[in-house]
Amino acid sequence: MDRLKIATLWLGGCSGCHMSFLDLDEWLIDLAGKVELVYSPIMDIKVYPEQVDVALVEGAVANEENLELIHRVRRRTRILVAFGDCAVTGNVTALRNSVSNVEGVLHRAYLEAADLQAQVPSEPGIVPALLERVVPVHEAVPVDYFLPGCPPPAARIRSLLEQVLAGTPPALAGQDLKFG
Amino acid sequence: MAAKTLTIDGRLVGAHENQTVLEAASEAGIKIPTLCHLDGIADAGACRLCLVEVAGSPRLHPACVLKVAEGMEIKTQSERLRKYRRLLLELLFAERNHVCAVCVANGHCELQDLAMDLGMDHVRYQYRFQPFAVDVTHRLFGLDHNRCVLCTRCVRVCSEVEGAHTWDMEGRGAKARVITDLKQPWGEADSCTSCGKCVHGCPTGALFFQGSTVGEMERDRTRLEFIVTAREKKQWIA
Repeated sequence: MDRLKIATLWLGGCSGCHMSFLDLDEWLIDLAGKVELVYSPIMDIKVYPEQVDVALVEGAVANEENLELIHRVRRRTRILVAFGDCAVTGNVTALRNSVSNVEGVLHRAYLEAADLQAQVPSEPGIVPALLERVVPVHEAVPVDYFLPGCPPPAARIRSLLEQVLAGTPPALAGQDLKFG
Repeated sequence: MAAKTLTIDGRLVGAHENQTVLEAASEAGIKIPTLCHLDGIADAGACRLCLVEVAGSPRLHPACVLKVAEGMEIKTQSERLRKYRRLLLELLFAERNHVCAVCVANGHCELQDLAMDLGMDHVRYQYRFQPFAVDVTHRLFGLDHNRCVLCTRCVRVCSEVEGAHTWDMEGRGAKARVITDLKQPWGEADSCTSCGKCVHGCPTGALFFQGSTVGEMERDRTRLEFIVTAREKKQWIA
């Protein structure tokens, strides 16, 4: 039997959604029997592979690396899930949009708020440049399903994954659609 | 007082002639989504979430300010209404900063509840990210314009229940804001009696008690109900 190829991604987010994913505890063992994890921040792989069945995308699209990666992910993935509030709405990652432009945000974070060695990090080719505006994933590429929550509780992640694994479009309702 | 009979979602419902469709539906146990409506104060028709279909009328009507009429046929659920309610809700979310995760009212918010009730899993419109100020000049309360949905409950509850009319509105459209007195900082608004009724009436995290942090802003609506009951029924029930 071909196991579904699953990927998880970490864009502009705090990794809390991945922590919640790990809260699935022993169900992860059942899941491991049904899917093959092919790309994730919790494994050692550098390049997003071809022909991925399901990708859970945590975080908003905040910098050039996020943007390039999410386009590659969309091209190579059958079902793309916006995983958590940052991916679905921009959430905390996007709060900077109403503060200032990129220059102003970097100035605030790395100069005004610095205690020691105040400098804006600049390593072209290594540190990706910030996008002018943080956007939720669906503003960058088409998204198939949305999994809100900050973070989505483990039971909600399980509910969505079970439906996706069963080949049915996930129908989340009521408390399972709670933002925050 | 004359009674009227109307049909709501195919059910015959009796109502007093002065009642609104929202009141008649509510008494019959038919739930219509609302946001700016608050029991005990006058309705404003500000949020449009309670829109219903009226047979014979091409446009949609807000149930909170629509008076019942004999033989009226109302639909509270339809594909068209679902579409418009969802659109209105998404525009409310897109207009200001409603980041539930870092809001004092997380878990106690009527906007957040509506998103769940109406099945809103994401917002299809671009968020506007308008920068708005936070007024924490009052010694007891705070005002975060970023969370305000312009429902005007604070304006009405302050005017009608407390009788102070500290709150009002300035500006139009997306630039509209609630203000205290003649746009003074809240802490300098002389007419404010510091009663807190506006805070208890607010549906979101826009008005909050100083010192509350994420998810801590719970309201006590019984404080408003107490006065409304006393006034309308002459019963002082604590």
